[in-house]
Amino acid sequence: MKHIKVIHKGNLCDNEAIFLSGCGECQASCQSACKTSCTVANQVCQKEKE
Amino acid sequence: MVRPMVHAFQIWGTKMVLDVNSGSVFEVDDLVYDVLKFYEELSPEDVIAKLKEKYAESEIEEAIEELDILKAQGLLFSGANLDPAVELLNEKKYVKALCLNVAHDCNLRCRYCFASKGHYDGARQLMSKEVAKNAIDFLLQRSGGLKNLEVDFFGGEPLMAFDTIKYVVSYARSLEDKYNKKFHFTVTTNCLLLDDEIMDYLHKNMDNIVMSLDGRKMVNDRMRVRADGSGSYDRVVSNIKKLVALRKRDGKDYYVRGTFTKYNLDFAKDVIHMADLGFEEISIEPVVGKEGDFLIDEGDLETVYRQYDEIAREYIKRKTSGENPFRFYHFNIDIYKGPCLQKRLSACGAGREYLAVTPDGEIYPCHQFIGKREFVLGDVFEKTLDEDVIKKLKDTHVLAKPDCVSCWAKFFCSGGCSANNYEMNGDLNLPNKISCSLQKKRIEYALYLAVKAGMQSEKNRLLC
Repeated sequence: MKHIKVIHKGNLCDNEAIFLSGCGECQASCQSACKTSCTVANQVCQKEKE
Repeated sequence: MVRPMVHAFQIWGTKMVLDVNSGSVFEVDDLVYDVLKFYEELSPEDVIAKLKEKYAESEIEEAIEELDILKAQGLLFSGANLDPAVELLNEKKYVKALCLNVAHDCNLRCRYCFASKGHYDGARQLMSKEVAKNAIDFLLQRSGGLKNLEVDFFGGEPLMAFDTIKYVVSYARSLEDKYNKKFHFTVTTNCLLLDDEIMDYLHKNMDNIVMSLDGRKMVNDRMRVRADGSGSYDRVVSNIKKLVALRKRDGKDYYVRGTFTKYNLDFAKDVIHMADLGFEEISIEPVVGKEGDFLIDEGDLETVYRQYDEIAREYIKRKTSGENPFRFYHFNIDIYKGPCLQKRLSACGAGREYLAVTPDGEIYPCHQFIGKREFVLGDVFEKTLDEDVIKKLKDTHVLAKPDCVSCWAKFFCSGGCSANNYEMNGDLNLPNKISCSLQKKRIEYALYLAVKAGMQSEKNRLLC
């Protein structure tokens, strides 16, 4: 493409992604470093970690 | 259905587009950036008419075609039916993480402390081993098939209850094989009580250590004071340096975490100061609270935005030069391998998968609800939870927050901190506007860094 550079093709809300998500094993966000503000997008998927 | 949405923004001349529902990210030229202002509302002919004085018609047509292709591929303006995701979320009933408030007491009297200088408006007390044991039993009982469980030692100052910490670690570890669980321990400490023995113990047993420091001495010592009013910087920095050296040596997780207030609206300098001290994992959070001369108000936002700008510039500069590089907690967003949708919907999980326990064994949705009696869920001895309180917290996922549904950042912050929402607005689902503004600004910089990282080889990635 001439005008658009694709950095990342996501599938966050695809049907398949919905049913594959939510194993619940990843870290609770407040257990990292925030304790006062909620940022979930900087958490790491436990499956990826392992 | 959640409606299709894109967010176009620019940092230092780089124009980027986020497709909210797919999570796709693009870098675009000036033309596409302008076309996007009209693309959804106007016909191609009308878009051309709007922009033809600035760009050649053939170029505008080309840009529209490229957008059409990405839209057809579901990468731009993608819609989504998230009803099944919410249903799955509502089926979840297991607890996986406890914030164990082992000490409702503190050896500091930080002016901005949300825990009322450590005691949460209650008695100054430490958690007994009996309460701690029951808390671990409660977690095991409520964790279902989850393998990874978390315990964060918190306070007050948790090291005032160091014996309890040691007991919990030993007791929990003794049950891991029997119940097929893996405990992950973290501690959040002001570092005053650290000595070689405690450091060695924490280093060996904690998966993550969060050490509190606000940055420069004058900044830290204005807020983080002892009972006699004296500052804590000198003692704390010396201890943090030792502990960070151990963590770095063995590649273990840590954060040096500060709070910024109205008194250090130039907090980029505090981040830089901490990086200069050799601390590579840094977080600095806006102060929270309802009363106090130190709170951030809307008039401070532009100044705060400039700090994130400066932190991002310094981040890149140091990462590139290799001189005292650092990571900044809020910039650690990996667009390529971030958390799954359920995680992004469910936020911190307070009152659902994440609970807090007080020294006398009461259970709250999280550490920030402690002291708000209407949120007491139960206690670790009875091990039952109040269904009415559970219901209050059940619908705090991001799609239940009216202001968030139409926000581009919803899958990054999940609607903010429920406790902060409640404290500031009296409503778990009504986000605090200042927190939202800051969060969005941080996310834009994080996305920019991710975009730039994607353009580099693995070896030279801007992101660590």
